[in-house]
Amino acid sequence: MAEALQEVWIRGGKTAARVTADVCAPIERGPTALWYGAFAASVSVFLVGACAMAYTLSTGIGTWGLNRTVGWAFDITNFVFWIGIGHAGTLISAILFLFRQKWRTSVNRAAEAMTLFAVMCAGIFPLLHMGRPWFAYWVLPYPNTRGSLWVSFASPLLWDVFAISTYFVISAVFWYIGLIPDLATIRDRAKSETRRRIFGFFSLGWTGSARVWSHYEKAYLLLAGLATPLVVSVHTIVSFDFATSVIPGWHATIFPPYFVAGAIFSGMSMVLTLMIVARSVMGLEDYITDRHVDVMCRIILAVSCMVGLAYASEFFIAWYSGNPYERFVFVNRQMGPMAWAYWTMVSCNVITPQIFWFKSMRAKIGLVFAASLVINVGMWFERFVIIVTSLHRDFLPSSWVSYAPTSIEVATFAGSFGLFFTLFLLFCRFLPAIAMAEVKGILQPDLHGHGGAS
Amino acid sequence: MSRTLFAASFAREADILAAAAEVRRRGYTISDAYVPYPVHGLDEAMGLAPSRMGWACFLFGAPALVAALSFQGWVAAVDWPINIGGKPFFFWQAFIPVGFEFTVLCAGLGTVATLLLTQGLLPGRRRAVPDMGATDDRFVLVLVKSGTAFDAGEAMAVLRDCRVVETREFLEGAA
Repeated sequence: MAEALQEVWIRGGKTAARVTADVCAPIERGPTALWYGAFAASVSVFLVGACAMAYTLSTGIGTWGLNRTVGWAFDITNFVFWIGIGHAGTLISAILFLFRQKWRTSVNRAAEAMTLFAVMCAGIFPLLHMGRPWFAYWVLPYPNTRGSLWVSFASPLLWDVFAISTYFVISAVFWYIGLIPDLATIRDRAKSETRRRIFGFFSLGWTGSARVWSHYEKAYLLLAGLATPLVVSVHTIVSFDFATSVIPGWHATIFPPYFVAGAIFSGMSMVLTLMIVARSVMGLEDYITDRHVDVMCRIILAVSCMVGLAYASEFFIAWYSGNPYERFVFVNRQMGPMAWAYWTMVSCNVITPQIFWFKSMRAKIGLVFAASLVINVGMWFERFVIIVTSLHRDFLPSSWVSYAPTSIEVATFAGSFGLFFTLFLLFCRFLPAIAMAEVKGILQPDLHGHGGAS
Repeated sequence: MSRTLFAASFAREADILAAAAEVRRRGYTISDAYVPYPVHGLDEAMGLAPSRMGWACFLFGAPALVAALSFQGWVAAVDWPINIGGKPFFFWQAFIPVGFEFTVLCAGLGTVATLLLTQGLLPGRRRAVPDMGATDDRFVLVLVKSGTAFDAGEAMAVLRDCRVVETREFLEGAA
């Protein structure tokens, strides 16, 4: 029983009916002025980015600051950044589900939505980098009139195509399957006929039948079991884009675990950023409690230490390898012209999260929010450091150059944030931000010794 | 021929568990139960067989793995072998990432398709039973009335012992 008492994650003595009412309230009342303001701002930023994308498409990627030495820079940085953000959603929805962590129920819906939107944002950059995105289907192995000339299955860039598209599809399906019971809840309490019809269509005739639940739970477990290795594979393969090359600073066996840890790190901090705002705006503090913030801070601290260890190992191995090019890249990172980016990364990602060793710090929500923003910045710089500082001074000093993004690249990146927040605001407006059915399942003390809820 | 069903709703999961076990012990036929979240122990109380959804996952995933690996092998070694510095044409290690991703994709989509099709969860489907609050906070146990030894008085007594909130009778398939 003592254990059951410790397992209280939802405050305020909620009943199941109360959960339904609280979670549906923000989507059943009309949007607030704050929502309209935030939505207008996000859409505006997205439109600026859309103009930059249109300009890039019509003119070519010569509008970017890339050159012959630095062939990957802002775009791939942004791609890896957004893919990484997505990973926390799958961590929370799938990995913590397998570990029977009950606290995930309050945040998994929003975190999964975040995953989907982040993967959409990520997809923009490689598509634009193709230069002629209308030929994007050429990356798929389909019989064609050129031979058939197949894609190269030895290329990590092709693996990426499969990994990212599988990740997007499976995340979307996982998210939708989780939504079905909640869509039915909204359908059954809908006041207007239109609303009842729309939610009736998407809730697929769900009634809450115990027979269906039994199969549903099994399918959900299987999807979680599939998504867990999938999420690890996705960032592993993203890291292969770099690790299988021969560029000093990229060609490292540590890359897969280093990238996966970094992805979960950045994603978790983005979840915190979004959840801290969403819970106060939508009045959901009883569901996403300070205790939830506390456990997420602990995860961030743990992963921050892993990322710090990876930075140190990379540096040590560069020295220990005795390879002069490898050594040069790391000295250049720390003391070269882009040292400011390296030290921004270290202070944001390794030093800042150390405050989370202290319970008092994890309890200061404003501070946690600020730290989550700092980590987001730091993780963007991590990718920038890996990509640009490894390239800009390569083997031949005659080809050394610098790199700076053009206004078009900056606008495209800003536009991806606009798209992300636009989609997230629409999600909060029209769909239940908290998985009601799952939260209801953890309200009562567990009578049967099972841990999780779905 | 549609059967007459008898639905009883409860406010607590412990009540429906007790009621389900008790009516089954007395030989009533449970048509189904409708609950806001999966109630642990209800499957056993209703005598449901464990879901075989795992087989669907395997049956979609395994052929996908074989297909992805053999297609890559065929492309690399048979249809268009490319000599890259004398390296082997059948570079099977490089087939693993795409093989894995394709397996996960097919297994995941196949599992979900199986769930939706076998359980009749289809877009635009109307709910098949009356709404007694099971998608909100009620736990509804539905018994088969016609064609079985259904004693309304005894059933009501059992249900009342389990703190039944509301009862309703309806024809199967009439929502």
